[in-house]
Amino acid sequence: MTAVLTEAPQHAHSRILAMGAARGENAVPNDDLVGPINSSDEWIRQRTGIVTRTRADRGTSATDLATAAAKEAVAKAGIDPAEIGLVICATISNPQQTPSMSAIVADAIGATPAAAYDLNAACAGYCYAIAQADALIRSGAATYAVVIGAEKLSDVVDPTDRSISFLLGDGAGAAVLGPSDTPGVSASQWGSDGSKAGLVGMNHTLTEFRDGESEWPTLRQEGPSVFRWAVWDMAKVARKTLDEAGVRPEDLAAFVPHQANGRIIDEFAKQLGLPDTVAIGRDIETTGNTSAASIPLATHRLLEERPELSGGLCLQIGFGAGLVYAAQVVVLP
Amino acid sequence: MALNTDEVLAGLAELITDETGIDAGEVALEKSFTDDLDIDSISMMTIVVNAEEKFGVTIPDEEVKNLKTVKDAVDFITSNA
Repeated sequence: MTAVLTEAPQHAHSRILAMGAARGENAVPNDDLVGPINSSDEWIRQRTGIVTRTRADRGTSATDLATAAAKEAVAKAGIDPAEIGLVICATISNPQQTPSMSAIVADAIGATPAAAYDLNAACAGYCYAIAQADALIRSGAATYAVVIGAEKLSDVVDPTDRSISFLLGDGAGAAVLGPSDTPGVSASQWGSDGSKAGLVGMNHTLTEFRDGESEWPTLRQEGPSVFRWAVWDMAKVARKTLDEAGVRPEDLAAFVPHQANGRIIDEFAKQLGLPDTVAIGRDIETTGNTSAASIPLATHRLLEERPELSGGLCLQIGFGAGLVYAAQVVVLP
Repeated sequence: MALNTDEVLAGLAELITDETGIDAGEVALEKSFTDDLDIDSISMMTIVVNAEEKFGVTIPDEEVKNLKTVKDAVDFITSNA
């Protein structure tokens, strides 16, 4: 007789238990960046909504920010770090491909021997990681998971680039997820469109830099094309996410899109027809665009400023280089 | 659907006013979107997407870069609607 496999015991649902945040130490105003791009504070505010962005000291790494954010989330969740079975860092700015940021962070927060891996889904990274953590907890692969979006984008900025450089900031946001008796994370809508890979990303490869063929690789984008995709294509994804979750726009307590650009957030909210009762994350105004960190940072800030949102439904959607996207409705911790 | 230049210009002017607040009377064929009307690339893209819906035309991203004046946009829409 053939032996029968035993599968991991499943959990019915997962939910976000707590969040943490760590931003770059320096609040960099627009005036500090306008020289090399021949621009002005007014232009940047009008075009992006950004007043200042947080940038880390030279000696502070994305891993440092990730660790600080994770520690806060774990402490607030009230769990023993030894119970954490999974650490995922979503990032595109780790200047060292291996060992992973996640393995280092897991050890720093006392979660060794948790499974640990980095995830590159650009500005959709946090939502991709939430989708994974939810699925892995429900399937029994882990009981508690820490999901972190962590970026030091100032390492890959060309100060003379007018397409994206002045948007970018440094920071990390973390969420601890665990089993739940009631649904805490909806089905995730996620996907990609690699035919548009040229619209945003690094301008050169490390090997081109190594061989003297290019300057240090930095981020750039085709702004208007990315804007069009981010608003109109992503609005369709957002609507589908709400439909599949059985949630109407008026049921939401909050909407937290990737903090790509204030104009994207404005137009996106308009496309979704969100009532005034829905709080919208606008952390970009003083943090900038921190790619995978932007959604957890904006959510953390919303909860600090408006603790009454706790327990409410939040639609979060990330979208970025790939192109890739992911969205889900979550119950706010 | 067959559209004439005047209809398209009027419709486009309405979209421009909705997006930017610019008076429809300012939207003349010879005007440049950036230099004369001070419409940035993000507002331009919003106007383009709304024009696609209004006129039943597809305006790909690569084409948007070629629409420098109001006349360029009107001509494209009347030729492709």
